Amino acid sequence: MTTVPVGTASDAAAERLRRPTRVRLLWFAASLAALALIVAASVAIGSRDVPLPAIVAALGGGGDGLDAAAVQTRVPRTVLALVVGAALGVSGAVMQGVTRNPLADPGILGINQGASLAIVAGIATVGLTSATQYAWVAIAGAAVSAVVVYTIGSLGRGGATPLKLALAGAATTAVFSSFITAIVLPRNDINSVVRSWEIGGVGGARWDVLTQVAPFLVVGLLLSLGSARALNSLALGDDLAAGLGERVALARITAALGAVMLCGAATAAAGPIAFVGLVVPHLCRLLVGVDHRWLLPYSAVVGAALLAASDVLGRIVARPAELDVGIVTAVVGAPVFIAIVRRRKVREL
Amino acid sequence: MTVAHTLEARSLSVGYQDREVLRGLDLRIPPGRITAIVGANACGKSTLLRSMSRLLAPRAGQVLLDGKAVHRTPAKQLARTLGLLPQSPVAPEGITVADLVGRGRHPHQGVLTRWRTEDDEAVAAALEATGSVELADRDVDELSGGQRQRVWIAMALAQQTELLLLDEPTTFLDVSHQVEVLDLLTDLNRARGTTIVMVLHDLNLAARYADHLIALADGAVHAAGAPAEVLDAGLVEAVFGLRSTVIADPVSGSPLMLPIGRHHSG
Amino acid sequence: MSVVDRIRSSDGALARVVAGRRRRSARRRAILLGLGVLIVAAFVVTLMVGRTFYGPDEVLAVLFGRDVQGATFTVGRLRLPRAVLAVVAGAAFGMSGAAFQTMLRNPLASPDIIGITWGSGAAAAFAIVVLGLGGAPVSAIAIVAGLAVALAIYLLSRRGGLVGLRLVLIGIGVAAMLHAVTLYILSKAPDWEAQEAMRWLAGSLNGANWQSAAPVLVALTVLGPVLVLLARDLDALRLGDDTAAGLGVRTERTRLLVLVAAVGLLAFATAATGPIAFVAFLAGPIASRLVGADRPVLVPAALIGALLVIVADFTGQFLVGARYPVGVITGVLGAPYLLFLIIRSNRTGGSP
Repeated sequence: MTTVPVGTASDAAAERLRRPTRVRLLWFAASLAALALIVAASVAIGSRDVPLPAIVAALGGGGDGLDAAAVQTRVPRTVLALVVGAALGVSGAVMQGVTRNPLADPGILGINQGASLAIVAGIATVGLTSATQYAWVAIAGAAVSAVVVYTIGSLGRGGATPLKLALAGAATTAVFSSFITAIVLPRNDINSVVRSWEIGGVGGARWDVLTQVAPFLVVGLLLSLGSARALNSLALGDDLAAGLGERVALARITAALGAVMLCGAATAAAGPIAFVGLVVPHLCRLLVGVDHRWLLPYSAVVGAALLAASDVLGRIVARPAELDVGIVTAVVGAPVFIAIVRRRKVREL
Repeated sequence: MTVAHTLEARSLSVGYQDREVLRGLDLRIPPGRITAIVGANACGKSTLLRSMSRLLAPRAGQVLLDGKAVHRTPAKQLARTLGLLPQSPVAPEGITVADLVGRGRHPHQGVLTRWRTEDDEAVAAALEATGSVELADRDVDELSGGQRQRVWIAMALAQQTELLLLDEPTTFLDVSHQVEVLDLLTDLNRARGTTIVMVLHDLNLAARYADHLIALADGAVHAAGAPAEVLDAGLVEAVFGLRSTVIADPVSGSPLMLPIGRHHSG
Repeated sequence: MSVVDRIRSSDGALARVVAGRRRRSARRRAILLGLGVLIVAAFVVTLMVGRTFYGPDEVLAVLFGRDVQGATFTVGRLRLPRAVLAVVAGAAFGMSGAAFQTMLRNPLASPDIIGITWGSGAAAAFAIVVLGLGGAPVSAIAIVAGLAVALAIYLLSRRGGLVGLRLVLIGIGVAAMLHAVTLYILSKAPDWEAQEAMRWLAGSLNGANWQSAAPVLVALTVLGPVLVLLARDLDALRLGDDTAAGLGVRTERTRLLVLVAAVGLLAFATAATGPIAFVAFLAGPIASRLVGADRPVLVPAALIGALLVIVADFTGQFLVGARYPVGVITGVLGAPYLLFLIIRSNRTGGSP
């Protein structure tokens, strides 16, 4: 008869638990290095060829003429791509945690479209102009649609399954699209503004836009990062999380608010961009596992890298024109989404 | 109405993608009797049931119903002889009990045939046999677990097959409803001579209710025969990897298995 | 109670079963009849009312082929094809939507939501904006692309059988991608063509004529009966694949046939009118609320689709301030339906 010791851990077991931390730090350093490379590429590459010395000169504030002007528009553009990418990555990771849904994404769940509708309605009725106004309206729209989608998605048997949430998101998106069409169709004056904004891009980045949405992003990020430990408990299911001493409703609302602020502000700054919030957390989970304390910072870094890389890609493939980053992420992200769906067992959907 | 249908598997191999679940399995279902299939989790019990009812195509070997391969029998024709109740069937939202039971008439109806008196009679008889006439106009969604299981069995009865395959008909039921369902199946077997094949989790209920016990291990039949002959401590050790002692059930005399565990000595 | 007594049905049980079934059938017949009457009424009103009003006598005269000053052109050449297209396209959308929802066992899983119609949409935008086409070639391209995208979604979601859930999700993924592509094409278009493409994408009956209505009518008369014949097998699929197979339904074959017929209907209707939003989505649930959730809904859903489109088109033309394409009206109707779902769940405490 063997007996199993209960309550003491051997040194070997403790050592095994510590080892992944080193691996995670290593991967984090690698991601940061990749990010640095992408940033360099984003500043160096564009529809206009600028030689390296001129780039360095322009960054130093010197240089002259068209070369310097081209580089100087690339800098805020790169920063905006990084910020929006990080926001969407974290927002997606938090949404996947809060809904325990591997397919959650601000685009798929229709939250971007809610923000879009709010902004389009704002442009059409009261003539919104500043980025701060955009951000407030977008966050309100995102929050309302998040509540609507989650409520519809949890109807019926079995609660909020990934399938039902995705369907609710798609249905809500379709309704909001109809409203946007209904608003825009009779208004030739705002037609092209709305259409170019709807695609999602970072091409028109300006420093003042960035500074206006920054406060929203910072608050959203803090709320999200602060929820990391709670998200780990929620991953075990509501009952078990409550049993572990988590205040489930409060934790969920805090985390969701953080996610909504991040994606609302990102949408206000760059238009609705789909699939970044979906793909990034999945990628990060492969690298660091499911611990949200690691997953969220990773998602920020990888999200920033992914969006900046997509932006560079859009500038390369369509030369001399540019492909908006929202198109690139949709075309690149949808196959990843399909791959995730195909890999899952049917019961998990 | 008892025509003795024979159901047997010959060197049956079945698998999903790269995993082989049944490996060259042979068995015979005794006609007109109750057969219970038992075994550890993931030993292939459900797979066996699904391939016997044509849901899974064999990789090698075959399943024969009255000497004919079921996978070459047209689906509707087979469904008039052999019924299947899967493990957790789903009722469409908002369906009434009478309508759900009526779905069991599907194999007896052609594309254009209308609903006939004999269909009504079959539904009424199935509701009566399962004691669910009073539930006829209720929503399936509103029923308790035990009632729902009775209604599903009623649907299988309305199909009027002489062979009935059930995958864990007692899951999620409390012990009194488990006994109720098994008593009902025994009634059917005794009154109509329906051949019943069921996968059961509970070894002791299987030993109590089955005339014939089939124990699966590693995708093959480990032992088959009357419970009193095949069920002993050696079988439990081999099939479940569990030390146990087997005594005679004081109620029925059938074998009763008592697990030993790490904290007792057997 | 002895065992044998329980096996043969008593007269009481039989009477009860028969009465329940008769009651439900009678209700179904009454509702089908009522819907038919409403459609005919709406049809007649749209023929009579417009910028000029024509009395029933004039409309009837035109329908019987007599020459009436003014009315022959306005009613015979403009209003009649438009009304016919509204009815047949609406019926096609409604029926294929209900077929998808039944097959996929989910009231939200209609083809306009899961991206089946987006193939036609993206292709039409491409044809209008990039290739500069119009009329019949756009329709042809939209039909081919719609079928191709549906086939791609089907093949991607096939892995060891069990298509249902994956089909929905992969459809949503594909739809999101095609949506982005469509928006991009529109953003690159000169304003006039973009406006044209946007109208088409919103779903519109403007420019309806016999050339555009005839193919949809043919598709409906061929594929509609196919779906109706499959209705019983389709309905058995709602019990889950294993139970349906146990009842003798060839699940995979049924699904494929339903898919082909429903997508065919959709593609032809979409090519003629553009994707009229939410008709496919709304018709099935409305029909099943009317006739009861456990009855086949294909035919009532087709009637509701027809009614929705003809009424929404009339509304968009004459009853609201700006002249909206029909798809915008039906799309906005989706909002109250979603709200209704939420409110109902609050009242019943979350369970349907």
